[in-house]
Amino acid sequence: MSNGNADIEKNPVDVDVNQYDVEAETHAYVESLDQIQAEDASRFLDVGIDTAEIGRAGTFIQKDMSVIHSHARQEGVEVMSISKALSKHAWLADYLWRYIDPGKDAFTSRAKSAPHEGYFIRTEPGAQVKDPVQSCLYIAKERFSQNVHNVVIAEEGSYLQVITGCASSAHLLSGLHVGVSEFYVKKGAKLHFTMIHEWGEKVNVRPRTHVHVEAGGEFVSNYISLKPVGSLQMNPVTHLAGEGAVARFNSVLVANKGCHMDVGSRVILSAPGTRAEIISRAIAAGGTIVARGELVGKAPGIKAHLECKGLILKEGLMHAIPELRGYVPGVEMSHEAAVGKIDRGDIEYLMARGVNEEEAISMIVRGFMNVDIEGLPPGLRQNIDKIINETQKDMM
Amino acid sequence: MLLIEELQVEVGGKRILSNVNMEIPEGETHLLFGPNGSGKTSLMMTIMGFSGYTVTHGRIVFKGVDITHMPIDERARMGIGVSVQRPPTINGLKTRDLVNVCAKQSGRTIDIERLAAEVNFSSFLDRDVNHKFSGGEIKRSELLQLKAQDPDLVLLDEPESGVDLENMALIGETINSLLHRGVTYMKGKSHRATIAERSKSALIITHTGHILDYITADKGQVLYNGVLCCTRNAREILKWIGEYGYEECVRCQMEMLT
Repeated sequence: MSNGNADIEKNPVDVDVNQYDVEAETHAYVESLDQIQAEDASRFLDVGIDTAEIGRAGTFIQKDMSVIHSHARQEGVEVMSISKALSKHAWLADYLWRYIDPGKDAFTSRAKSAPHEGYFIRTEPGAQVKDPVQSCLYIAKERFSQNVHNVVIAEEGSYLQVITGCASSAHLLSGLHVGVSEFYVKKGAKLHFTMIHEWGEKVNVRPRTHVHVEAGGEFVSNYISLKPVGSLQMNPVTHLAGEGAVARFNSVLVANKGCHMDVGSRVILSAPGTRAEIISRAIAAGGTIVARGELVGKAPGIKAHLECKGLILKEGLMHAIPELRGYVPGVEMSHEAAVGKIDRGDIEYLMARGVNEEEAISMIVRGFMNVDIEGLPPGLRQNIDKIINETQKDMM
Repeated sequence: MLLIEELQVEVGGKRILSNVNMEIPEGETHLLFGPNGSGKTSLMMTIMGFSGYTVTHGRIVFKGVDITHMPIDERARMGIGVSVQRPPTINGLKTRDLVNVCAKQSGRTIDIERLAAEVNFSSFLDRDVNHKFSGGEIKRSELLQLKAQDPDLVLLDEPESGVDLENMALIGETINSLLHRGVTYMKGKSHRATIAERSKSALIITHTGHILDYITADKGQVLYNGVLCCTRNAREILKWIGEYGYEECVRCQMEMLT
């Protein structure tokens, strides 16, 4: 095996948390979003965060360890830093670390021992929040380890959309992002969560997420990471705890040279009639992708499907690991995994309509990444198409 | 419009076409008959330029230009349009987008909704290209793309296969409109004047000949064992094949050789 391959095959990058600082200079709070530095604002826009706040129900922005802006602008929703929320709501402490053990790994321990804020977003019971709340986590300081703790609560019967954009400053050489996120979707509530990552080539990213969905609740997650990232390792756990709860995950990943992505999703269906679907599209364009998916069926009448498709454009590794576990009779679980290259016949079919080879490949790749991402706020679809178009040039 | 001279083609090192000579003049529609495995589809794929069909001898001339080794997309832009038997599914690419691309490549502006309505395909525009389409739906999708493309030479591989009777008339009518061969009397314009403007040519592969109930053809050709062995009136050929099978073509060919 060549050295190049050995590099690809290596295990997920081990990150030593101690190599990163937990202190950073503070950034001043910005009262009005139009005062945000133009350079930062344009980075935010790349990940779906609009500082003009058009069609947004509220905004949260954290730069390094400082929350530089947070406010809600529509009825029925609260948006603030987790520290502020903890002092406002005495009951909130009970929601932190409820399903995630701080001792799980070095990253959760760090989020516990050296926390740097994070967002708190909560709806009132029954509130139907028309527009999405946007939140942005941003690293500007070199060698900084940003350790956030986020909590989202969709109270009973409410509807909430959240867009989270994560980015680092364009010049960052190294950084670590640790994000502990706990989402609660209560009875009959709906939470649509879209996350776009553009961390940068040298940033290591370790999100640790747990989602708890009660009876009749619905959780939809869209995850998009198309730009280079140093290493990314995440495997959010969703517990469908109440009857009829539903979860759907769509993710679109591109690993360029030097990127190592280990991304999965684990859904535990423990109440009757719960349903889950995990769909991922991954493109290895020189880097490594481990695409995991695990469905655990523990109650009769559950239904779950996993679909994992990978495309290898340049030498790389595409490792699909779909897993199904059923514990009782009456579970219905299936999976579909495929790893391949673009079919010559597909390219020529399009060429026979007059498009040149390059454009034909690009139409196919765009189509491949075009999972029907539901509940995507207006404007974001175009934004994602734009990113796909731009990244495509780097992939070929 | 299309001229094929002494064409020899190999697929995977095996000779499929040994000596094909064919001419389709401007405005003419030719039907291509032949038993299974005689090389009909290979001939069509070679004309379009699909990979895997290696021309070892002879040439293909379209509009006076030798296109034997020209890339597929250039042939398409020169005005050749094809509908293959089993087109691939392109996941994530909407039929609407592909139809628009077809029009764009031909430098045309189209009313996509109207075109789709004409082939009863409006509800499929926002579905992925060929994804879970039935045989008849595939044909309508292909014809819709061709209508957007508006090629001067249309290559159709068994347009009637997989199409139910109900839709057959629609398919026939669409092919006629594509080839400007519809039999609609235009006020103030004589039949002679109407057909004088016909400039579209076509090569249509047919197995059963059912398509002849819906469209008119100028000529029929029979491909047998990689050689074009008969060029006559399409209906006449069909009747002979219906009556005596392709065995008759073999005998005829033998006689020609001796």
